[in-house]
Amino acid sequence: MNTKEGGKGMQTTMEKAQVTLPSDREVQVRRSFKAPRALVYRAYTEPELLQRWLLGPPGWSMPVCEMDVRPGGQYQWRWKNDEEGSEFGFSGTFREVEPPSKLVHTEIYDPGTLGGYPGGEAIVTVTFTEQDGLTTVTTLIDYGSKQVRDGALATGMTDGMEQSYQNLDRVLKE
Amino acid sequence: MELNASKRLDDTFLALADPTRRAILARLARGEASVRELAEPFAISQPAISKHLKILERAGLIRAGQDAQRRPRRLEGKPLAEAAAWLERYRATWEANFTRLEGVLEEIGRRPSKTKRARKRTRHRRHL
Repeated sequence: MNTKEGGKGMQTTMEKAQVTLPSDREVQVRRSFKAPRALVYRAYTEPELLQRWLLGPPGWSMPVCEMDVRPGGQYQWRWKNDEEGSEFGFSGTFREVEPPSKLVHTEIYDPGTLGGYPGGEAIVTVTFTEQDGLTTVTTLIDYGSKQVRDGALATGMTDGMEQSYQNLDRVLKE
Repeated sequence: MELNASKRLDDTFLALADPTRRAILARLARGEASVRELAEPFAISQPAISKHLKILERAGLIRAGQDAQRRPRRLEGKPLAEAAAWLERYRATWEANFTRLEGVLEEIGRRPSKTKRARKRTRHRRHL
């Protein structure tokens, strides 16, 4: 990253996250960041960094973030709503680990006390490409069936978490 | 999400999952059209088009017009708007994550020396 441009007040407005449904069992999310991809890759693979941003809407924290980032290594992520105490998690196994360009892992949703569809094992492919100092992260989630995908879209990271959306602006400014 | 809304979204996304049906919707976005007119650009039979139209109708995405002879189909915007709003909520959740990620990137990008140390440390760590 060009440190001269890293200061506050110089932040360029990034292209916002794009969500598409490439097939009836997949979801794709794409977003660009003004940072070298080695850095972005780190933020995706170092637990103490991931824990700081993979939180969904405000009100949720990620008390469990354990990752053994290598082919065959396992991970466990758990989120907790700090106000009402509900929790849920994802766990799985890394299948491909190619720093700094690609991560493939399985994903099993544990509804915990939040609820929603358990729905089997999804395959998550995250690719990092860099051009002109801009890193684009593409996340493709293959749920294996339309039913499971729609269930996942409707719950988990969406429904149970939206109640505190009005606080979003405040928290992002902190 | 209430059950009816969830069922409606199921129908909407099922209807949108097929490229022919999406092309039909794109055509109807330009104005109403009869079954025959809708079938024209596609290398498939009129009965096959009718089957697609049925799925689109069941999802409430299109409606048959008054003209008894032509029964022109026209677009119904509401279910599409609902589906879009629903996906937007999902998108907003990711965007909240990515906005925080930008903050994290900016911070670790400012400290290149620590970056190297952290990377080395991580390589040898076993979390599970």
